[in-house]
Amino acid sequence: MKPLQLLFQSSIGKKVIMGATGALLFLFVIGHLVGNLQIFLPKERINAYGHLLHANVGLLWCVRLGLLAIVGLHVWSAVTLNAQNKSARPEVYAGAQGPYGASWASRYMFMTGLVIAAFVVYHLLHFTLQAPAVNLLPANHEAKDFTQLVVTSGPQQGYRDVHRMLVAGFQQPLVTLFYLVAIGLLCIHLSHGSQAMFQSLGVQEGVWRRRLDAGSKVLAGLIFAGYAIIPLAVFLRLVQ
Amino acid sequence: MKLESKVPGGPLEHKWTKHLGDIKLVNPSNKRKYEIIVVGGGLAGASAAASLAELGYRVKCIVYHDTARRAHSVAAQGGINAAKNYQNDGDSVFRLFYDTIKGGDYRAREANVYRLAQVSVKIIDQCVAQGVPFAREYGGLLANRSFGGAQVSRTFYARGQTGQQLLLGAYSALIRMVGAGAVQMLTHEEMMDVVVIGGHAKGVICRNLITGEISRHVGDAVVLATGGYGNVFNLSTYGRLSNATAIWRAYKRGACFANPCFTQIHPTCIPVSGDYQSKLTLMSESLRNDGRIWVPKKAEDRLKRPGDIPEDARDYYLERMYPAYGNLAPRDISSRAAKKVCDEGRGVGESGLGVYLDFSDAIRRLGESAVRERYGNLFDIYKEITDEDAYRNPMRIFPAVHYTMGGLWVDYNLMSSIPGLFVLGEANFSDHGANRLGASALMQGLADGYFVIPFTIGDYLAGVKPGTRPKAEAPEFEQAETAVRHTVQRLLSSKGRQPVSHFHKRLGKILWDCCGMARNAGHLKKGLQEIPALREEFWSNVQVPGDGGTLNQSLERAHRVADFLELGELMCRDALERDESCGCHFREEHVDAEGECDRNDEQYAHVAAWEYAGEGKPPILNKEPLQYEFVKMVKRNYK
Amino acid sequence: MKVTLKVWRQKGPGTPGEFKTYPTPDLNPNMSFLEMLDVVNDDLTAKGEEPIAFAHDCREGICGTCSLVINGKPHGPHRSVATCQTYMRSFRDGDVIVVEPFRAKPFPVIKDLVTDRTAFDRIMAAGGFISVRTGSAPDANSIPVSKECADRAMDAAACIGCGACVAACKNASAMLFVSAKVSQFSLLPQGQPERYRRVLAMVGTMDEEGFGNCTVTGSCEAVCPKGISLDFITRMNREYLSAMLHAAVGRETAGKDGGAG
Repeated sequence: MKPLQLLFQSSIGKKVIMGATGALLFLFVIGHLVGNLQIFLPKERINAYGHLLHANVGLLWCVRLGLLAIVGLHVWSAVTLNAQNKSARPEVYAGAQGPYGASWASRYMFMTGLVIAAFVVYHLLHFTLQAPAVNLLPANHEAKDFTQLVVTSGPQQGYRDVHRMLVAGFQQPLVTLFYLVAIGLLCIHLSHGSQAMFQSLGVQEGVWRRRLDAGSKVLAGLIFAGYAIIPLAVFLRLVQ
Repeated sequence: MKLESKVPGGPLEHKWTKHLGDIKLVNPSNKRKYEIIVVGGGLAGASAAASLAELGYRVKCIVYHDTARRAHSVAAQGGINAAKNYQNDGDSVFRLFYDTIKGGDYRAREANVYRLAQVSVKIIDQCVAQGVPFAREYGGLLANRSFGGAQVSRTFYARGQTGQQLLLGAYSALIRMVGAGAVQMLTHEEMMDVVVIGGHAKGVICRNLITGEISRHVGDAVVLATGGYGNVFNLSTYGRLSNATAIWRAYKRGACFANPCFTQIHPTCIPVSGDYQSKLTLMSESLRNDGRIWVPKKAEDRLKRPGDIPEDARDYYLERMYPAYGNLAPRDISSRAAKKVCDEGRGVGESGLGVYLDFSDAIRRLGESAVRERYGNLFDIYKEITDEDAYRNPMRIFPAVHYTMGGLWVDYNLMSSIPGLFVLGEANFSDHGANRLGASALMQGLADGYFVIPFTIGDYLAGVKPGTRPKAEAPEFEQAETAVRHTVQRLLSSKGRQPVSHFHKRLGKILWDCCGMARNAGHLKKGLQEIPALREEFWSNVQVPGDGGTLNQSLERAHRVADFLELGELMCRDALERDESCGCHFREEHVDAEGECDRNDEQYAHVAAWEYAGEGKPPILNKEPLQYEFVKMVKRNYK
Repeated sequence: MKVTLKVWRQKGPGTPGEFKTYPTPDLNPNMSFLEMLDVVNDDLTAKGEEPIAFAHDCREGICGTCSLVINGKPHGPHRSVATCQTYMRSFRDGDVIVVEPFRAKPFPVIKDLVTDRTAFDRIMAAGGFISVRTGSAPDANSIPVSKECADRAMDAAACIGCGACVAACKNASAMLFVSAKVSQFSLLPQGQPERYRRVLAMVGTMDEEGFGNCTVTGSCEAVCPKGISLDFITRMNREYLSAMLHAAVGRETAGKDGGAG
């Protein structure tokens, strides 16, 4: 059999795809967080960062398409594997099947994944496409929608004002709540996903299982803290 | 019937080699024209089926389990002997041969045992090449231990799961040939009869345990590797499904049954706890390497907590009676000694049927962690079953039925008295004489399957013209199938009131009492009256619920117990006939001044091979004399 | 003690099944779970009902025949213990115990609590062996194996092939079983020549049989009567990756029947 066929058709091959794309997405999540934490610096910094990302349209679209492909593969492998899993195990136990050592995160990866997928769509509509329907700005807000929030002076003049957009967005209780819930689920997903990734890629044995397991949980916790602090800080008016 | 052992002449060490040179071969292009039916997929069956298929024969392997790897060979714990002399401690082929002959109390065939010792070395090579993870030393070479009455370290082992590992090895060889299409594997099929045409075995009748379908299988030769019949006692260390049906039906078709009364009682099993019990669990004999066996000196101490019995009130009876071997005395001797002290009223535990196996000395000497390292899994099993902690208190053990040295009579080529019917492993009357040494059963099963049958079957097949297999429509097949259908129907339509288990328990009790660790003419005669009566009651009062068209475990067991009820009688008959004590066969009338076996070589140095004479007629006793040319028959002495 | 059993009864493959409730006769806490079923079955027989079919043989935890899901857990309440070595003292007087067959599509029910687990043998036939013809082996000590490797291979080889891993897994994945077999051979020098061919063939058949995938929940390890470690799945994944890379550079290829040679 051809190697690509093995990769895309076998169960382990698909798990490798899932693990590898998961690893890339994990890195993206970290990178994205580091960028976003600039909200706590003077507001020019995050705007400059936003400018940097958007300035080179060619690169921007390469990254976007790359990410889309990674997400696509991740979702494709998840959906096909999940369908196989469901078909392999059509019945449940009447005697209340316990997890027998399986973590909550590990049992609900597909469900958390679905919520995260929905969140990503919302998140893109919210800040990237700036769809007015989802920004939930109150009627008395200075801007009608996010597209009006642009930098008015300095080198990034004319570009979107990321800082004001975040502040405007996260001052809304519903938005903040949804973000917190979604980030929570994302981090639960990551806490299992990262160790499963090491498993699928064949690098987690013996003491390293325990270390990577613990490391995954700590890292997921840190990521959660990092992501949660942004909307919370805005919502509590610590960032204006 | 004249029994010809076909042992080749010449010096002992050259017999097998000479024989290999003399026996006929089958032309490679003709091999695929022969169909060989192998019944059983344990060590002997799987190794035989795989090896025969590798040679190019068409092989059909029939097992009643869902897969061959469940066969009860899987449960052997201790190890497998081989005369490798890797330890440089003076072992040799001759020494292994001699130990086995002597251990069997001079009731085995010299040439067979020598061959067994010779091929033992190749078995280890074969198993290692298959990936059997035997224990190793830090240098990467194989480790050995001393086991069950041997004074050299010649036992190879894989933790306490040697049987499992060897079986998985043989199974892997078999399943490889299944994958290659060279072996047709039939699972969930129970062999119900051997079909004999023109005096030769030409096939078998099987019943599918799931669908109830009865099928005919035609072959040029039939190989039975269906294990021992210790379950005749109901309680034993055998798997619950182990049975005598295949060999018993072969016996009724004309294969002689040799030494049926030779039953090994293993000294270290967990005692019976109640009437509901279905199974006795063996604690590996390796425990005797470090454990000390004792009972209180005084009967009135027997219910005291073991810790409350001071050292000088304990009787380490094996060390006292057999100072040279001590706790490592052979199985029959250790078992009998346990029975003796229990008969004296000194047995421990509620039932009084138990002795202590004490590790406190070993824990003091080696530390608990070293003991845990060596025997941890056995201590865990003991804890699981008895809810007692063997690190704090001594284990309680008692002998239990473990192996049958008797079985279908075979010649040097492993062919039974029906030409074309070969019998391997525990199913044949084997190389162990009247008592088997530890770690020898695995050796024999694999020797027969890997290194004997592939050659000797050729000698028979060379005389069978290829393509002369009968058709499945032959009248003999028709008749055999009808008989099987009739039995199934008879069992299902029996309108009795008792479950099969009821009869099995009663048969076991009768046999244990009259044909167990100690036998005498009076008890045996009583057994010979009770068993036929029980058999009659079985057929009139057994209840077999369900139908014959789906999985029906009551029906399966009913067949097996029906055969046990006949076999049990033959065992008593054989035990009565053998009016001497030898090995496991301890006749209370024949003890020497020290209470040990008093063998009678003048009259009983023979294999007693029983021939079926027909329904209701006493079987005919044929004797194959055992001539010892190379070793002198002496008294077994382990003192 | 007495308990009440809620047992899955099913006439045959493909026929619908249902739970039936049976009060047990008086039991001894030292009975094994299977001995309890024996007693219940004798009781049913006496009442003229058909006994409960369940798979069993050695009753000492090594043959892998016994199965049963007891109160939702394959092989009952204890860790590293098979059903046959589960004792009634693990339950309380008056308990209601739910007893079901292993559930997985590749393990269809044969009758009541008995399932067909021959899918495992088909996986084994694809490559669960070292191709060594009888008689062709070199002297056993000519292949040194480090003690660590031998011990690790033994850890994997301890698998009894009962299928509890599949039964416990929410995806009915057979990865623990297959990985134990693959690892045993891949850890030993004897297994190297067929290393890549073996893992590709066995995983291929495993997929064809309809088992699910590993989502690393660890349920399999938790119910395994022999405590086979999840680490072997990691090892198998690694073996599989190596085999794919070898296939990519054209060194080793294997089709569906690749292991059978």
